[in-house]
Amino acid sequence: MKKFITKRFLQMMLVWVLVSIISFSVIFFAPGDPLYMYMTPEATGRKLTEEELQAMRESLGLDGTAVEQYTSWATKMVQGNWGISLTTKEPVLNEILKKLPATIGLMGASLILSLIVAIPLGLIAGTHKNSWIDNIISAITYVGVSMPAFWLGIMLIIVFSMQLGWLPSSGMRTIGVVSNWDVIKHGILPAIVLSLNNMAVFVRYIRSNTITQMEEEYVQTALSKGIGKRGIMYGHVLKNCMLPVITTVGSRFGTLVTGSFIVESVFAWPGLGTLGMSSINNRDYPMVMGITMFSCTILLLGNFLADLLYGIADPRIKIGKE
Amino acid sequence: MEKLLQVKDLKVSFHSYAGEVQSVRGVSFDVGVGEAVAIVGESGCGKSVTAKTIMGLIQTPPGEIKAGSEILFEGTNILAMTEKEWAQYRGASCSIVFQDALAALNPTLTVGRQIAEKVMLHTKVSKADAYKEAERLLTLVGIPNPAKRVKQYPHEFSGGMRQRVMIAIALACQPKLLIADEPTTALDVTIQADIIDLLKDLQQQLNMAVILITHDLGIVADVAKKIVVMYSGKVVEKGSNTDIFYRSKHPYTQALLRAVPRLDADENQELESIEGTPPNLIAPPVGCPFSTRCKECMNICQTQEPPEYEFEDGHICRCWLYHEFAQGNKEA
Repeated sequence: MKKFITKRFLQMMLVWVLVSIISFSVIFFAPGDPLYMYMTPEATGRKLTEEELQAMRESLGLDGTAVEQYTSWATKMVQGNWGISLTTKEPVLNEILKKLPATIGLMGASLILSLIVAIPLGLIAGTHKNSWIDNIISAITYVGVSMPAFWLGIMLIIVFSMQLGWLPSSGMRTIGVVSNWDVIKHGILPAIVLSLNNMAVFVRYIRSNTITQMEEEYVQTALSKGIGKRGIMYGHVLKNCMLPVITTVGSRFGTLVTGSFIVESVFAWPGLGTLGMSSINNRDYPMVMGITMFSCTILLLGNFLADLLYGIADPRIKIGKE
Repeated sequence: MEKLLQVKDLKVSFHSYAGEVQSVRGVSFDVGVGEAVAIVGESGCGKSVTAKTIMGLIQTPPGEIKAGSEILFEGTNILAMTEKEWAQYRGASCSIVFQDALAALNPTLTVGRQIAEKVMLHTKVSKADAYKEAERLLTLVGIPNPAKRVKQYPHEFSGGMRQRVMIAIALACQPKLLIADEPTTALDVTIQADIIDLLKDLQQQLNMAVILITHDLGIVADVAKKIVVMYSGKVVEKGSNTDIFYRSKHPYTQALLRAVPRLDADENQELESIEGTPPNLIAPPVGCPFSTRCKECMNICQTQEPPEYEFEDGHICRCWLYHEFAQGNKEA
């Protein structure tokens, strides 16, 4: 167990370093300049001289080659200094931690929602293979997989916020109102939009698992013991179906992170996604790097936890024993 | 002997895209109380389908049990039972042991749970008592250290031990009939004998009827008093084990017996095999199904199905060679 965890942590460190190098280069070589934010429009104001620009670059740590900049960023990062945001002048880590609860809440809610809906739907579709109910569920999942989240978000806003006026269209709180119910009301639409894609994937996965498991011979054995259909479903098939789903949930963390960027932008949800989008637009390099590395960590930890859980849940897998 | 099970003119088909596969085409045989019967035949002859039909494990559709088929268990036609009656019959009156115990056991449940669940289903006992019963059954099938073993999962057992677990599950609730569907095919040769011995011991000890399904004539001689030989969905010959081993009548049975390797055979003697393949059951042949591979085939065999000929007490053979006009062809 200890050996497994150490091994996985070393692997995670490697991935982490690679991700940081790749995203740093992408940002560095992408067009755009953070100094642009400090300039007044050319038509109305005075143009900054080259010396002034150079001085600004130095003060922001943007002088030097890519390698120099990366090493300086990485050294500080390892020491716990994630840099200062170029736009807000606040420490990056503080900003991220401030926005974190909103995003974790949204991601958690959408993950739970997608599982709660997907497990029964997947089981029903799998046990009623090729019936009308399976066809309906499958049609919904195809829509769920192929519909872009931003479009669905906008449609839901139009219907539920603008036409019906049931739910707020953006933000996380109504100004002046302090209640959990208010936050939940704001979160319903974003959570639905964020969960739809994962939900569809889970349904399809659980459905196909159920179909394969129902054809396994142990189902015949259970039947030959005199166990009824329901008993076989819940006592025998369910556990075997759900075990691989744990790994799938882990691997869907990536979609959850990228999805939250889009969904948060559409609904102006004040989380990491919105922060990330605005820092990309503002060429706020330290902030973009910080958020990228943070999301990467969430993803890696998610996969790691899924593997650990799988080992605990499935008796055939003993983690750390070869 | 009092009859426990009577299979009468059983016909089972499966509907597939290619057409109707007539797996079992009119099979009849009896099993007495506490009697051991073997059903022998090569792959696809319908022996497993027959077993699964007795157990009520044929899915309909795609399967279809034809009208006119009857399976009487203690006088009741089980094919006419309701789903609820089936649930009471399966496991409590009749049990099955499958070929591949690794696939037939649920990989994610402990062995104890898989036995105890059946005990709790058919008898009103507490969970603790059901696990006690599971331990007793594991001891009965020869698994040492049962108190520890009940808490283990199927993958922690060896192949032979897993098959013993399957037998323990089948024995729970004292069924009157145990069907063993190729119980040794997936096992090492050395373990095969152990499992067959175990089945034989249990059959005698518990006075339980056993239907042993196999393609290996070598293993049935020891266990079964009565042997049913099946070919392409039909019973071609049935009789006592001495009838089959020493006085076999059907060319197919005789060919099967010649195909069993013998320890006392000459070193250079080639092992015999039966040429050709069994007929396609989507369009079964008109005459005798074995006619295409039979070395003694006559003209009538290809056009008309042979009737049953009965010899001394219950030895039955379906072959034209025993028609009075064919006497010249056969040195009896």
